[in-house]
Amino acid sequence: MIEKILVLEVVLPLLAAPVCVLVRHPRFCRLFSLGVVAACFAIAVALLVEVRGGGVISYQLGGWPPPLGIEYRVSTVNAYLLALVTSMALVVFSFDSRGGPPRVPEQRRHLYYAVFLLCISGLLGITITGDAFNIFVFLEISSLSSYILVSLGGHRRAVMSAFYYLVMGTIGGVFFMLGVGLLYQATGTLNLRDIAARLEPSLDDRGTVLALALLVVGISIKLAVFPLHHWLPNAYSFAPPKVSAFLAATATKVSFYLLAMVLFTIFGAPFVFEELRLQAVLLPLSILAMFLASSAAIFQTDLRRLLAYSSVAQIGYMTLGLSTANATGLAGGLVHLFNHAVMKGGLFLVVACLLYRVGSVHIDALAGIGRRMPLTSAALVIGGLSLIGVPGTVGFVSKWYLVSGVLERGWTAAAVLILLSSLLALVYVGKVVEVLYFRKPAETQPVDHVREAPLGMLAPAWVLAVAAVFFGLTTDWTYGVAREAAELLLAGGI
Amino acid sequence: MSSETTILVALLLPVLAAVSCLFFGGGLSRPNLRDIATPLIGACTFAAVWRLAGDVLAGGRPELVLFEVLPGVELAFQVEPLGLLYGLVASGLWIVTSIYAVGYMRGHHEQNQTRFFTFFALSIFAALGIAFASNLFTLFLFYEALTLLTFPLVTHHGTDEARRAGRIYLGILLFTSISFLLFAILFTWRLTGTIEFTPGGILGAETSSGMVTVLLLLYAFGAGKAALMPFHRWLPNAMVAPTPVSALLHAVAVVKAGVFAILKIVVYVFGLDLLRGSNASLTLMTIASFTMLMAAVIAIRQDNLKARLAYSTISQLAYIVLGAAMATATGILAGGMQIAMHAAGKITLFFCAGAILVATHKKKVSELDGLGRTMPWTFAAFFLASLSIIGIPPLGGSWAKWYLMVGALETGFAWQAAFLGVLMLSSLLAVFYLMPVVVRGFFAASPSAGPSGSAGGDRKPIAEAPFLCVAPLVLTALLSLALFFVAGDLASLLNF
Repeated sequence: MIEKILVLEVVLPLLAAPVCVLVRHPRFCRLFSLGVVAACFAIAVALLVEVRGGGVISYQLGGWPPPLGIEYRVSTVNAYLLALVTSMALVVFSFDSRGGPPRVPEQRRHLYYAVFLLCISGLLGITITGDAFNIFVFLEISSLSSYILVSLGGHRRAVMSAFYYLVMGTIGGVFFMLGVGLLYQATGTLNLRDIAARLEPSLDDRGTVLALALLVVGISIKLAVFPLHHWLPNAYSFAPPKVSAFLAATATKVSFYLLAMVLFTIFGAPFVFEELRLQAVLLPLSILAMFLASSAAIFQTDLRRLLAYSSVAQIGYMTLGLSTANATGLAGGLVHLFNHAVMKGGLFLVVACLLYRVGSVHIDALAGIGRRMPLTSAALVIGGLSLIGVPGTVGFVSKWYLVSGVLERGWTAAAVLILLSSLLALVYVGKVVEVLYFRKPAETQPVDHVREAPLGMLAPAWVLAVAAVFFGLTTDWTYGVAREAAELLLAGGI
Repeated sequence: MSSETTILVALLLPVLAAVSCLFFGGGLSRPNLRDIATPLIGACTFAAVWRLAGDVLAGGRPELVLFEVLPGVELAFQVEPLGLLYGLVASGLWIVTSIYAVGYMRGHHEQNQTRFFTFFALSIFAALGIAFASNLFTLFLFYEALTLLTFPLVTHHGTDEARRAGRIYLGILLFTSISFLLFAILFTWRLTGTIEFTPGGILGAETSSGMVTVLLLLYAFGAGKAALMPFHRWLPNAMVAPTPVSALLHAVAVVKAGVFAILKIVVYVFGLDLLRGSNASLTLMTIASFTMLMAAVIAIRQDNLKARLAYSTISQLAYIVLGAAMATATGILAGGMQIAMHAAGKITLFFCAGAILVATHKKKVSELDGLGRTMPWTFAAFFLASLSIIGIPPLGGSWAKWYLMVGALETGFAWQAAFLGVLMLSSLLAVFYLMPVVVRGFFAASPSAGPSGSAGGDRKPIAEAPFLCVAPLVLTALLSLALFFVAGDLASLLNF
């Protein structure tokens, strides 16, 4: 039974998109897409419960057995990602943005929902499939639809940002494609497990090393690994606020999964981290990301750009977990996917609330808002504390395991640097909090008319704020699952 | 009521107080109800902690395990002698302070009183969480919570000065706790695989001497609330807060959280046997002695009364760190005693400073000439408390100093007599920074009397601060007197 509904995870949003196009009624489309996302979430949770503890569910599309046909294969690793993407999608979809992005007129609203659903189905497809070319197809579906979503932001520069994102994303996609092609040449199969079984990576084999290089760089662009992150700050800060929240919480996480899958499942930890020593590149880049991107965040005057740079820094934590290549560190990186999604998603929803009421999230416009919008501001404080990594929030859990993993590797200096970098988060979060609560509003920008955000906006933001505390104190379904996934990945499975 | 429930009740009562503040003060706009509820709930909290005392004295260690946060890391509480003492001090003085705060906040016409009382109660919650923490994670959780919950109190006035002080406050406290304390905790976790407080310590004898020194220093500086130099600057800056905050939090709950953490870590993470006579112990003792003397010298030069008391606190906290660093039973006993004795003494001094501010709006020592005659109760209390801080019998503080001196001679270092000298010199310096206040108050001519009027000639009417301010400070002054006579009970409690 469960393998029958597995395929629905991708098919449902994929089919719901044209339904939206056909029905065209904006209100219907909104509720319908919400329902579809809720169903996807339910399926993802069912899958996660089913595979937890080492189970695997496999489904062959059209009944064709794996080497020929496409196999959908779910284990703890990707069930975790599916649950992450669908839960965040559900929260973001339940956010009532009161009329959608400003650029979309009422009669075209259905297309917006259709594109959003396509983006989700693309992300879920990447995660669920066990076929390399299929991954490429879904990668393009999700990327193309996210370019469109970004371009819908009201600002003129949204279009430019989307174009830049498109150029970078396409380069990444082409690299990925070339890498898959080389792997196909080397092994004669596209099924991931088949590739992994037949591939005997060695440093002398230029083809495989090149394939690895292309795949890693291609995915790193999509993941916004420092210094390939330039598309991200613009894309996040000019996209419609809901889209920023969604992309920040999901898109980079799926890319991270893809990277982990390529490194651990296809090429295997022994080759990548012992022969090739990828950590010699990945670790310095991660640390640079943590420091440089956080420092850049400190100097931003737009809250969205600040959060976007903070995302680049947080991605540094994730890749740092990857480069430890031990169970604790990798689990720390994996659990940070969810933890970061919760806090950054929540913060971008807060941004959406502020944009709706204040009209701007420029740091000067936010002076004195703490008193006018107490609940929104409190949600921002919780998210900010979590970014710093205060105990009792999700950020602390990530940091605990990242530092433990790094110490296990004997990299004491890196452990110190992780902790020091979180102080940079203290600076940029503190800056925003000070403006919200202490700075007097400028004469030219009175805030007396500003009221608390409506419930339909506040509730989803607070769901994530509460989740940031809840999952900071109970980690069985976050760290517990991530640990299982990390052990599975290190053993070369998916 | 089982002891498990008692712990939970003691922890949750301050939260209830915060909720009742919000409800009465914010929702109902009935500040009188709010201000009655807080001391009442405070009394209940104290009673709950008191109930645990019998158990602990009898050798019991009441426990409460809430849930597992990370595999092998629980949110759990256990009441042991040090924690009980700190819990009693924090919750007991909270009652007095919440009464005092009513007089002060109203007498001084402060804004946002509901927010103030709410965060105040929540800070006590965090302090009790620290007191009863049974592992390093729980301790760290509440330690950081205490920093964050006191931030709105420090920046209460919302002025630029308050904001700057708040920055330094958060900056230093979070910097030290994240980069030193958390690192030390994670390192301990890596070395031993546990972070439970265990009698006898968890770091085995196989830990190298260099590693022990580094870890001890990381812990000592990481507990930045202990205000060891050079990470002490936040404390004088925190004095921009309303005086009740300085009194209870920055003389008792917050700063004691730092030294309490150090004491507890020395006893239950390192173990006295590992540290006694080691280089680590000697290094920390030296740092503590330096802080003790340096802060006392700086205190003498402060004209602002609250700043002077703040530096005095830094100096007095170093006594506790010194006791902990000795890693002998006597040292821990002295450290524990100093927690209680200094708390009673210093809170009185701050209450007095606040009462003077409310009654006369004077903040500087140089302005206090002759005030003792118009505010006799306040200055008498100040005098008593000063004696206790200096360490003169028959006041409580003398016992702590006594045991510290005894402890210094038990450490077995070649230079142990030097620490005795440091302690004596420090007491002498305390005379110099505290007594001028009393002398000026009682004996100097008041400036308004004019050059011709003799000091005793014109009798000014008594003009004390409101009753709700004066009664608590008299009470705490008497408490530091009474503590002299119950030192035996404390000694039997802190028998390590």
